[in-house]
Amino acid sequence: MSVELDVFVGNTTIMDEEVYQLWLDGYTVNDAVKVRMEGGVMDECEASKDVLLSDTMDQYRTFQMCERLLHSPAKLANQLLFQIPPHRQIMLIERYYAFDDTFVREVLGKKLSKGTKKDLDDISTKTSVTLKSCRRQFDNFKRVFKVVEELKGPLVENIRQHFLLSDKLARDYAAIVFFANNRFETGKRKLQYLSFQDFAFCAGQLISNWTVGAVDNMVEDMDVDLDKEFLQELKELKILITDKDLLDQHKSLVCTALRGKTKVFIEMEGSFKNLSRGLINIAAKLTNTKDVRDFFIDLVEKFIEPCRSDRWSAADMKLYLTHYTNSAHILDTFKHQVVWDRYMGVVKSCIFKMYHD
Amino acid sequence: MPGKLKAKIVAGRHLPVMDRASDLTDAFVEVKFGNTTFKTDVCPKSLNPQWNSEWFKFEVDDEDLQDEPLQITVLDHDTYSANDAIGKVYIDIDPLLYSEAASVISGWFPIYDTIHGIRGEINVIVKVELFNDLNRFRQSSCGVKFFCTTCIPQCYRATLVHGFVEELVVNEDPEYQWIDRIRTPRASNEARQRLISLMSGELQRKIGLKVLEMGGNAVVGYLQCFDLEGESGLVVRAIGTACTLDKLSSGSAPNTNTHMHPNTAPASNACNSPSKDGKEPVFVEDLPSSSGPPTPFRALPTSSSPPPFSPSKPCSRQSSSSDTDLSLTPKTEEPHSVRCRPGIFLCPSSPILSTDTLSLPGSGSVGCGRGSNPRATTSAPLSSIQSDSALLRKSVSFTEDLLLAASGMGSGGSAGKEAGPLRTLLRQQTQTALEQRGASSSGLLLNAREFPFFTLTSFPPGFLLHVGGVVSARSVKLLDRIHNPALGNTRSYKLLDWNSVTADEPETRDAWWEEIRQEIKSHARALGCHAVVGYSESTSICEEVCILSASGTAAILNPRYMREGCLDIGCTDHRFEEPSPPNCGFCHIPYDELNMPFPAQLTYCYHCRRQKVPDVLFTTIDLPSEAAVAGKGCLIQARLCRLKKKAQGEANATAISNLLPFMEYELHTQLMNKLKLRSMNALFGLHIQISVGENMLLGLASATGVYLTALPAPGGIQIAGKTPGDLSSEHISSIQKRINDTIAVNKELYQINPPKLFALDPEVFCGINMELAEEGVGSPIPEPRHRSRLFRSHSESSDELSELDLSHGKKDAFVLEIDDTDAVEDIHSLLIDAPPPTGFYSCNTENMPGISNWTSGVQMFTSVRVLRLSNANLTNQGLNKIFTDLCENLLKSFYFKLRSMIPCCLCHLNFTVAVPEEELIQVTVTAVAMTYDKEQTQEKTAEKPVNKGSLEAEEQLQFPLELCADSSSSNIQTASKISVSSLERCSPLQEGRSRSLRSSRSFGGSSVTVVKMTPLSFLPGTRIIKYLGIINMFFIRETTSLREEGGVSGFLHSFIAEVFAMVRAHVAALGGNAVVSYSMKECVFMENPNKNQAQCLINVSGDAVICISETDQESSASTANTGQTGGSETDGAT
Repeated sequence: MSVELDVFVGNTTIMDEEVYQLWLDGYTVNDAVKVRMEGGVMDECEASKDVLLSDTMDQYRTFQMCERLLHSPAKLANQLLFQIPPHRQIMLIERYYAFDDTFVREVLGKKLSKGTKKDLDDISTKTSVTLKSCRRQFDNFKRVFKVVEELKGPLVENIRQHFLLSDKLARDYAAIVFFANNRFETGKRKLQYLSFQDFAFCAGQLISNWTVGAVDNMVEDMDVDLDKEFLQELKELKILITDKDLLDQHKSLVCTALRGKTKVFIEMEGSFKNLSRGLINIAAKLTNTKDVRDFFIDLVEKFIEPCRSDRWSAADMKLYLTHYTNSAHILDTFKHQVVWDRYMGVVKSCIFKMYHD
Repeated sequence: MPGKLKAKIVAGRHLPVMDRASDLTDAFVEVKFGNTTFKTDVCPKSLNPQWNSEWFKFEVDDEDLQDEPLQITVLDHDTYSANDAIGKVYIDIDPLLYSEAASVISGWFPIYDTIHGIRGEINVIVKVELFNDLNRFRQSSCGVKFFCTTCIPQCYRATLVHGFVEELVVNEDPEYQWIDRIRTPRASNEARQRLISLMSGELQRKIGLKVLEMGGNAVVGYLQCFDLEGESGLVVRAIGTACTLDKLSSGSAPNTNTHMHPNTAPASNACNSPSKDGKEPVFVEDLPSSSGPPTPFRALPTSSSPPPFSPSKPCSRQSSSSDTDLSLTPKTEEPHSVRCRPGIFLCPSSPILSTDTLSLPGSGSVGCGRGSNPRATTSAPLSSIQSDSALLRKSVSFTEDLLLAASGMGSGGSAGKEAGPLRTLLRQQTQTALEQRGASSSGLLLNAREFPFFTLTSFPPGFLLHVGGVVSARSVKLLDRIHNPALGNTRSYKLLDWNSVTADEPETRDAWWEEIRQEIKSHARALGCHAVVGYSESTSICEEVCILSASGTAAILNPRYMREGCLDIGCTDHRFEEPSPPNCGFCHIPYDELNMPFPAQLTYCYHCRRQKVPDVLFTTIDLPSEAAVAGKGCLIQARLCRLKKKAQGEANATAISNLLPFMEYELHTQLMNKLKLRSMNALFGLHIQISVGENMLLGLASATGVYLTALPAPGGIQIAGKTPGDLSSEHISSIQKRINDTIAVNKELYQINPPKLFALDPEVFCGINMELAEEGVGSPIPEPRHRSRLFRSHSESSDELSELDLSHGKKDAFVLEIDDTDAVEDIHSLLIDAPPPTGFYSCNTENMPGISNWTSGVQMFTSVRVLRLSNANLTNQGLNKIFTDLCENLLKSFYFKLRSMIPCCLCHLNFTVAVPEEELIQVTVTAVAMTYDKEQTQEKTAEKPVNKGSLEAEEQLQFPLELCADSSSSNIQTASKISVSSLERCSPLQEGRSRSLRSSRSFGGSSVTVVKMTPLSFLPGTRIIKYLGIINMFFIRETTSLREEGGVSGFLHSFIAEVFAMVRAHVAALGGNAVVSYSMKECVFMENPNKNQAQCLINVSGDAVICISETDQESSASTANTGQTGGSETDGAT
């Protein structure tokens, strides 16, 4: 005696958020049933294991049928097959496109290619996110990437409109797309301490300040590619370290401002030239794609690590960078104020975000 | 007369990729109606094409408009090879044919393919310009409204209820045609879908014609069914209740219920009533052709050299014709007797005698009813004086039977054909009779074709006077077999031209149903009732065996609504002089106390103490809104499996018909026990389904139990060991304790605290008498027909009680004897039914007894479960257990899935069982879960003062009284008038219900209209402002990649979802936002996992409506409290 067929279809599609999450997390039906049993649903409505199994199967089938629609969320709203209340639709989409920070951290900045997809099982073992879930997340990244690649207009807005995502999630996806497009290196051991949210923040800064879109908002790829002209102009900043006078002048201005305000003043004074050279060199090299990729690692190596080894507190670092940026304005021979601000604004906030343990 | 149909193809979206190379599609559309086809341009390389076509215009007959669907086919253009079909949309344009419904169909329709399912959507606009047709010879019946709803629809009032209408059409099933061997599954499925669509249209048109003839303008409680008979064909049949409905304009509630047709026929008579003044006979002559097959009726000249007469064959045929009559007393609790008539007729001549002998005592001893012994009539649509007709009928039917017999085994088809001329004769007689009657316009003549049946299940107050009990009839038939060598030639010719040649088949099927209806009618008569309400018909088919079933509730309707000789009111006349209070009146027995049709325990009504009531009441109708109940209702199911040997043909039919009475008996016993276990005393919405499979029969009886305060309290259940040695007395007492505990728990659970009005009889014992009587007389009809009844008339029951008496005697309490392990099992299974979890209630009726304060949460669902029995050596007991568990587990699943809706009630739980294959059991359930306000339910149980009830009755009746006085001078009375003097009166039920509701919240912001669906006739929190027409859709889905689609469950899951989607889309296109009275009437699932194939057929129907949320209007809780009587109280106040 066995159940050959067992279906339950509601006019309004019935979905349990808990089961949806289990499905998204890549649990098999049996595992999901186990989890649910442990969760204590059984006590409600005197359910038995069979009831739970049947319910889980039904829901899994529903989700599988919905998955096709979720790939282009706009369809979900005007499809006729499932009658899903709008707030549920939003939930379905939002959760489908949600991702694990641990997973995304692994693929951030990697090419969203078949090759990467093949490595997913390693990532799965490493992050203990199920392979199924990894695949969904990876495919989501790829799908979003593909769609927005060819669209004009602001990246975040495009993602939000095309995939009906919340602002937060749209920004995260923008970060992922941005990183994937520019192939920023994030996997090095030195960068391991950084979370996805750190990078996402930095990506947001880069997108809104350094891309083509920051100056012109109707270009293709405007938010994905860095503004080439700007990168070229960054070379001009080298004067701050190549001109001995300017360097000294800058240093003394910063030191004057900092004196007495911090416990690590001595260390600051001592490492000023090194740090300044580090930051300016990063700027000057950004015309090379290779160096763009190493942007974050450079920031860590050239600035964050030295500061940290000198035991600067976050406040110290903020103080230093603020004065470092502002003092340049007082230098009368330094003519590249606009580029300097555009550069330092981003670098400053990135370093603020990245300066932690 | 022509009408102009216009269609415009606007756009498509989400089309599938048809060209792999470009990942795009070059789509165009063919629009077809009848034989005319138009095409749009090709919209190249787009998955979201914009055609924006011109208006395609079809100039067609309105007859075609009714029959044909508009066919829209979306194709992919291919320059080099044949164009690929993407899918189709069938649009039923019937809703556009009457003025009050939709005026335009416009919207997105899913493009459906029988192999791939839904593939994108298409936006279509359809309009109809109809020219008024005043031709009385017309074959169309545009303008007749159809409602699936089994009560008077909201926003209408019934000025007249004309009565029963029925029709059936037959055709070859394309799936079984020779051509099916060479065409693709897609072509075959589409042929089938199209044919069924056509047949439903035709059927509806013909029913409409009948309604027009009767002077009505609507059919309420329209029930259309398909019988997929396989090789012997496809039957589409429908029954309904013809009415004259008036639209209520909310502003002006007309104060008179007028529209009295001077000549209108008695209410319950279907064919009786076309007698409009001055109707030409020639119109009447149209009748046969209108009820015939697609082509006009023609007498087949196949006058036969019948197969050589061989005496042995008729004999075998007759022996299988044993007529088993099971009588379950419908009114009181018990099956009083089961008659088993083993086949005795071995000599072909005996039937005449038996017919006589049987019918005579019947008509002799019973004043009413048995006079026209139904079983003597096979079909005879005769109308003449009774005695004459009886004679005629007998002779005619017998001749025909002889012919049947002579044609030998499995030759039903040929027999039917030979009977053709005879039928013609009968038809002619009918016509003359009709003409005569038309001329004389005397409504007193009884026509054998007339059935005082009503498919309605709830009625306006005052309409239903007394309820007798459930009447039912079953009959086992053998379907024709196509591979009969003797028929080979004619058959193959038929296959080529099936449209014209099956002309005789409706006759055969008509006759079958005629028999059953006659039987039902006579049962009702024997119960002292002149009408049958809550009437329905169904079939179960397995291979060539078909069980036809019909059931209803015998009732007496208010004679003020339905006057004079139309019905044999006879002995019960006196009852009408004193009006009974409405909240208990329907419980009062309609039959004569001294001459009861069956032994029953009668007591004085616990409400008014004026009339006698039975101890238990079973009905197929909904609980009348004015009925006084205690506590809540609950779903009660009896489930039963019976193994049967595999057999063929006659032997199989015999085996089945032998089993039927035992099944009915057991189901009934189970129902009764479970009812008592819940401490209730009445069943509403009783539906007994018996499903036949190759090696087993399944029986499932569902009903809603309720405690009627007018009836005595049910006694307990007492356990007794038959022989002391068998089982230890401890064991018995422990079981007894469990039962008593269960009863106590249930009383608590369902809040059954009946008012202690009659403290004198604290424990009323109900005797349950079971008698299994064998009838010594054989079948009166020498025809392979087997039937069992839920009722039998007294003449028989009193005569022969037999050695098969299983009764427990006339014991005081209901006793269950434990005499063997089986009995223990039975008792265990009784107790196995788990009560629904806290916060849930369930019922299978329209309204849940004891709950009326619905909130807006509505979730309609369909669930299908198929169980494979792997163990070949199952016993009946084992099977019963499996089947019971299956049903119980399904319920548990529902409770679990819907737990977020608590507090909630599962309403209209409709279980359908089938045995699709030898070892499979399929259960299909459709129901709706509705949330309610828990706070207010507590107050609901308050008793209603009796005299207030009667006051209401006065109020209700006042109007009709006047009317009757007015019209009494006229000889021909208005038959059934449902008088409505105000908006409130029209349908207090719905009004009352919706009154108690809160406004519903709706989800905004979506581009797709939210369409709610419910099997009920109302949506809580809303008021229906417009009925847009009937939805009746038939879909086939097939796959050859079952595994890839997620196995059988995945396949069916998506198919059901697709069906819902298509229903919603059609409703939305009509401008509606809900479907009420939705039902899934057919869900046939077949699989062949080895071939990776599966096929499924689904038929759904319902009423498309526009409903608006009920906003202010009700503010106070008081209206909600009195929900069910809200309407009448408003009346009293004004």
